[in-house]
Amino acid sequence: MHEEAIFAGFGGQGIMLMGQLLTYAGMMEGANVSWMPSYGPEMRGGTANCQVVISSKGVSSPLVTEPLSLVALNKPSLHKFAPWVAREGLIVYNSSLIEAPPERRDVRILGVPCNEVANELGDLRTANMVALGAYLAITKVVSFETVLDAMKMVLPERRHNLIPLNRQALSRGMEIASLWHSQDPGREIS
Amino acid sequence: MGEKVLMKGNEAIAEAAILAGCRYFFGYPITPQNEIPEYMSRRMPEVGGVFLQAESEVAGSNMVYGAACAGARVMTTSSSPGISLMQEAISYMAGAELPCVLVNIVRGGPGLGGIQGSQADYFQATKGGGHGDYKLIVLAPASVQELMDLTITAFDLADVYRNPVMILGDAILGQMMEPVIPGKREDLDLPPKTWATTGAKNRPKNVITSLILDPAKLEQHNLNLKEKYEKIARNEVRYRTYMAEDSETLIVAYGTCARIAQAAIDMARERGLRVGLFRPITLWPFPYDALRQTAEDSLRVLTVEMSLGQMVEDVRLAILGTKPVHFYGRTGGMTPTPREILNEIERIVEEGI
Amino acid sequence: MRKVFGRPEAMADVPMHYCPGCTHGIIHRLIAEVIDELGVREKTVGISPVGCAVLAYDYFNCDFVEASHGRAPAVATGIKRTLPDSVVFCYQGDGDLASIGMAEIVHAATRGEKITVIFVNNAVYGMTGGQMAPTTLPGQRTTTSPRGRDVEGAGHPIRVAELLSTLSGVAYISRVSVTGPTNVIKAKRAVRRAFETQIEGKGFSLVEFLSTCPINWGMSPLEAMKWVDEKMSLYYPLGDYTQVQEVAGNA
Ligand SMILES: Cc1ncc(C[n+]2csc(CCOP(=O)(O)OP(=O)(O)O)c2C)c(N)n1
Ligand code: SF4
Ligand SMILES: [Mg+2]
Repeated sequence: MHEEAIFAGFGGQGIMLMGQLLTYAGMMEGANVSWMPSYGPEMRGGTANCQVVISSKGVSSPLVTEPLSLVALNKPSLHKFAPWVAREGLIVYNSSLIEAPPERRDVRILGVPCNEVANELGDLRTANMVALGAYLAITKVVSFETVLDAMKMVLPERRHNLIPLNRQALSRGMEIASLWHSQDPGREIS
Repeated sequence: MGEKVLMKGNEAIAEAAILAGCRYFFGYPITPQNEIPEYMSRRMPEVGGVFLQAESEVAGSNMVYGAACAGARVMTTSSSPGISLMQEAISYMAGAELPCVLVNIVRGGPGLGGIQGSQADYFQATKGGGHGDYKLIVLAPASVQELMDLTITAFDLADVYRNPVMILGDAILGQMMEPVIPGKREDLDLPPKTWATTGAKNRPKNVITSLILDPAKLEQHNLNLKEKYEKIARNEVRYRTYMAEDSETLIVAYGTCARIAQAAIDMARERGLRVGLFRPITLWPFPYDALRQTAEDSLRVLTVEMSLGQMVEDVRLAILGTKPVHFYGRTGGMTPTPREILNEIERIVEEGI
Repeated sequence: MRKVFGRPEAMADVPMHYCPGCTHGIIHRLIAEVIDELGVREKTVGISPVGCAVLAYDYFNCDFVEASHGRAPAVATGIKRTLPDSVVFCYQGDGDLASIGMAEIVHAATRGEKITVIFVNNAVYGMTGGQMAPTTLPGQRTTTSPRGRDVEGAGHPIRVAELLSTLSGVAYISRVSVTGPTNVIKAKRAVRRAFETQIEGKGFSLVEFLSTCPINWGMSPLEAMKWVDEKMSLYYPLGDYTQVQEVAGNA
């Protein structure tokens, strides 16, 4: 197993958390992992991203320059990173904030209305978990249960009350993605 | 052995210092290493230690000088512009033979530069940086686990040789998270710090100074230092190799660049190219002999750095003109990609240079 | 002709990068207006700090130099001594001026250097992510004083206007804020007097602004304004700090 992924969006969309959950879960399942964030003042109100490697081999470069997967929660980050995705890779994008799907025809593309789903669940802040759920359903990099366990490790104690809601959001994302049967490159659903 | 935990590189350095028995930390904020002072501000009071935010790196490094004089295990951390300001204290500490640990989480320069990772402080770290004939022991970790382990080692080396030790990281190593098994301080028989200025009770007074006005005596002091440096060079050289045995093209890279080069080597091997890696861990003392031996059967050497070529000078010294030494680098906070390195490998292999 | 509304000529027509509710932007504007009103744009040189205002050179439409962290008054000295007829101002944060740059500011002031310093005190290191500043209030939580500033170990906040006002080279010092229209008008008057002091060759001038950093204070812009009025200005009283004294070194 070898996965290299980029998660990207606005600062405040919980981008770092998505990547950390995946990384932690990967570690708990015995894989080699690394997580690399963007950082610094440009993050204020700007874009944020993190790069995750999960591998049954050792992790050589922690920098992801040809991601197998991209999860993009806003337009600027989709524009920036979509061209980086490896051929036959995967792009999951937030169709609530991105009207036009990316123009790549050589990758698999899934639009997920993350904000709408999160709002239905009553908390916009879970949009990141909807996206993560969809990503997990397709890639199966780690199991749903391990991600829930990882949540207990990554979230501070005072935030553990959010776990049930995050769990729902993850499941909703997984459902949406499993409705997406075709794996044809270029196919997309919204 | 402890449980694996996921840690940021910067936090691993901070925790490693605590594990190594460091109880005094002086520092000044600067990106991309702020996690270290921030971690220390939480953690030091928990272990009965001292965290102090200095008014500048000039002051912070001289606080380190003071605590080292008092016999403490002490550390300061910064990034490139701040390390430049510390050169005065570093030279004084080298001159007065004081043990301490310095961490440079390097960012792009010169001047204010940027905040992305770089390796452009290699010369400053390994060739002096401050004034005078002196050497720092310079360690170059390439993973978060190594940041942890080598930080602990750094405190021991500092005490054994009474010399400042520098950890030369970069922004990528500082910011990234990887699983870490917390390290442990080794049970070493360290020499007692009889020279420390702890008060002249029941002993003659101790004076710590780097002032020696008599040139003959100052020369002798420098010769003594040289002898110490030669001993360090004999005993403390560290390096790793990866697929180097049958390599026709030997890449030399340290820190983050070594990790990226490793990815390029995997790609090259898939294409049937015999490429390997030599990774210095001690940048001073530089593993000249080990590199020369490792490269013995290679046709060429390719140095990869996040700079315009600094370590490559040491690589050339090691290879002594016996085969071509090529260079590939990105600078200013840019990092070479595995594909770029692969392209460079393919180019020099094809051209047979 | 003077434009009352609209962009001052000394202000560049580019969007600023400051966070919502940050008062760095208002302070920039006041300076630009004063430069326009005094008609000195073409002989003004600004020095930007290392701090959130590092990009001030993009926002002002006059010559500008970027100094290293804390050294702006030294760089300003070099410029002013070379070009005595120029108008030179430093724009500095509290970390820049009162921590790493304390030596430079004190010596520029005591030499009566004919420069103007705009000192932006937001009680925190904004740019590097909210660490303790020399001006952080007692008990104030920051990322390097997570339990609140303990004056026992971390020392007491520095009152820069008061401190510098004891030096003989100082010709004008005032502390202002921009928390409402009245304060903004007073602040602008202070900036104008500071620049006039320089132009008239009287000596060193400085205006300390109490400024907001909602992002690192963990407050809304409105709460931050309130905090300046209710907390900061208690420790740092607004007003004039110029002491009547002979200006050193003016031969
Ligand atoms: C020698 C050196 N040390 C540290 C830094 C990192 N640094 C950049 S800005 C800054 C402090 C900024 O705080 P302040 O001056 O209060 O300005 P603000 O951002 O709050 O406006 C620091 C410590 C640096 N650039 N150079
Ligand atoms: S971090 Fe603070 S000082 Fe800097 S721009 Fe944002 S609000 Fe202003
Ligand atoms: Mg400040």
